Amino acid sequence: MKNFIPGAAMAVALSLSVSVPAFADLRVFACEPEWGALSEEIGGDHVDIYTATTGGQDPHHIQARPSLISRARRADILICTGATLEIGWLPQVVRQAANRNIAEGQPGYFEATSVVTMLEVPSSVDRSQGDVHAPGNPHIQTNPHNIALVARALGQRFIELDPANASVYQARLADFLQRWDAALLRWEAEAAPLHGLPVVTQHQSWIYLEDWLGLDRVAVLESQPGVPPSSGHLAEVVSTLQDQPARMVIRAAYEDDRPTHFIAERLGIPAVELPFTVGGNDAADDLFGLYDETLRRLLAAAAQE
Amino acid sequence: MRHLLNAAALAGLTSIASPAFADDDLSSIRAEIDAMRSEYQSRISELENRLAEAETRAANAEATANSARTAVAAIPPAATVAPRAMPVSSASRTADNAFNPGISVVLNGQYAASSEDPDGAGVSGFALDEEAGRPERGFNLGESEIVLTANIDPSLYGNLTFALTPEGEAEVEEAYIQTTALGGGVTLRGGRLFSGIGYLNEVHGHNWSFSDQPLPYRALLGGQYGDDGVQLRWLAPLDQYVEFGAELYKGDSFPAGGAANGGTGTQAVWVRTGGDIGDSSSWLASASYMNAGADDRDIDGSSFTGDETLGILSLVYKWAPGGNRREQNLTLSGEYFFDTMEGEFDAVPISLDRSGWYAQGVYQFRRRWSVGLRYAALTPDSVPAALAGSVFDADGVDPWAATALLEFDTSEFGRLRAQFTHDETGPVANDEFRLQYTVIYGPHSAHRY
Repeated sequence: MKNFIPGAAMAVALSLSVSVPAFADLRVFACEPEWGALSEEIGGDHVDIYTATTGGQDPHHIQARPSLISRARRADILICTGATLEIGWLPQVVRQAANRNIAEGQPGYFEATSVVTMLEVPSSVDRSQGDVHAPGNPHIQTNPHNIALVARALGQRFIELDPANASVYQARLADFLQRWDAALLRWEAEAAPLHGLPVVTQHQSWIYLEDWLGLDRVAVLESQPGVPPSSGHLAEVVSTLQDQPARMVIRAAYEDDRPTHFIAERLGIPAVELPFTVGGNDAADDLFGLYDETLRRLLAAAAQE
Repeated sequence: MRHLLNAAALAGLTSIASPAFADDDLSSIRAEIDAMRSEYQSRISELENRLAEAETRAANAEATANSARTAVAAIPPAATVAPRAMPVSSASRTADNAFNPGISVVLNGQYAASSEDPDGAGVSGFALDEEAGRPERGFNLGESEIVLTANIDPSLYGNLTFALTPEGEAEVEEAYIQTTALGGGVTLRGGRLFSGIGYLNEVHGHNWSFSDQPLPYRALLGGQYGDDGVQLRWLAPLDQYVEFGAELYKGDSFPAGGAANGGTGTQAVWVRTGGDIGDSSSWLASASYMNAGADDRDIDGSSFTGDETLGILSLVYKWAPGGNRREQNLTLSGEYFFDTMEGEFDAVPISLDRSGWYAQGVYQFRRRWSVGLRYAALTPDSVPAALAGSVFDADGVDPWAATALLEFDTSEFGRLRAQFTHDETGPVANDEFRLQYTVIYGPHSAHRY
């Protein structure tokens, strides 16, 4: 047993050498980059943000890693998409973090999907349908109107949790919404040519984008959500699309690129990789960049004949 | 309702939170909250009245569908005040099952073939627990599990796991309550639970990387240590993950026995740390110590009274490109075990120093397909002449086993495995082949790291 004690002591010493971060008024644990970016817009210097996933990661499939648990331990507020998107890891992180601020039902537990209108809410759920989300499709960040709704609710929540800085949050929120509304006008004007455009998507990630831009989704490459497309199903999609042509095939940056390239080559239509969230590619470096880049890529693909 | 809860929670929070508040700030906030509360209260009762009215109207509605439609149409805009209040309250009023626990089922079955008869097969130099033997030949149901979990109230969480053995018996594998709201990084768990020592000890069978536990777990912990007791965890408030655990158990499970020490026969402590290396890699390391008292523990008809102490050093490393485990990932892990046994074996003084280790890797090389390799070995101690021929006499054998695995996942919830093990844990080598399925259905909690 003598051998074991130095090992433990070493582990403790190692851990204590880690420095404590600079002081901030609110510690934010953001499950996805879009909510980290939004917290930054509203909180500025008054928030210390940890973003649990990167723009290159699939938020459905994350492990309850030690780093997430230690960050959740000290968070004042947890900002996640919700609607069971993070069901595979977040409950474990929250339970192990033993932080009552971020327990479900507390002001420090914030689900973005709680303040928007959910689309594709299934009337029944069964695992034979693949990765279905009972509360509806959770990928709400692909419609910028949802970002504005979440911003308002989140600003309110920051004020509740940190009333000392209420005026700062209020002002930053107002400023953000003003810039956002201006951007919305611009985006919607730019996106006019996309209205009614028939598209194919790899995963059902884009319903809110389709809804916003009036895109017409004619097929999905995954036969069931989250189930990788089989070659048989892809062949079916190809034959569907021969009758009902689509103008492009869309996937998120983190997804396997083979199915979209297969379809794109077969049908001679562009395969479009969209950032999906902040950090999904270099140009999508903040929320404004995310939509600028998304529209730029869609418009470029739509311009191809 | 949500806003109301938030307001109430905020009221609670202000009493403990930020030192920045002055007293008048507090009272003005309280006043605001009170105002909000009464406002929401009145809006909600108004809503409830309108809903009741609407329902009456709809029910009585000889008065035509039209009037009912208008009544219902009147509800949505008002309902936006508290979007979640309506569905929740109406559901809980009507559904008796609204608070049912999450119930999930693990089914597991296998086919096993082995070159030597598994019946009574042991590990030279080690006394095995009855559950740590080799699988029976042929088709076996394997161990199925029924897991029931739920929040009990705002401060407690409960978990009950039944293990259904191939013999058709139901055992309580885990049955514990756990605090959820102590705060300060402290979690208290009590009941019957798996100890947090080592890396694999508290991992349920359906979540093991191989079909069976590595040799040191089988030989030194009877597979895994679970007992009746309490566990205290504390997560340090650091960016680096550091967690401490202290546990106290009755001492009724292998390698303890007879609930020594007035029913507190087993004590354990552990510390864990871990983190990320870039986006693609993460790791977890831990050191654990357990002392298991034995009071007349039965070992194949003989009796052992004394203490078995166990130290475990564990290291786990996981890799996935960019942190996306879907297509490819790699998990490497290894643990080293130090074991000492001091006491009397059938009235003969005994003092053994033994050790063991394993190293394993599982590589998912494409979506759904994984391969794994594991090597495990044990080092027995030499025994005095008085114990020659006893279960602790390894007779010159240094037990080891090597395992290869091929796995196919139908989804996150179903998998098929083929596993081959060559083991030289006894005087005669044994080759074992298993085909196994494991499936999970129902709402199943997210797994640990």
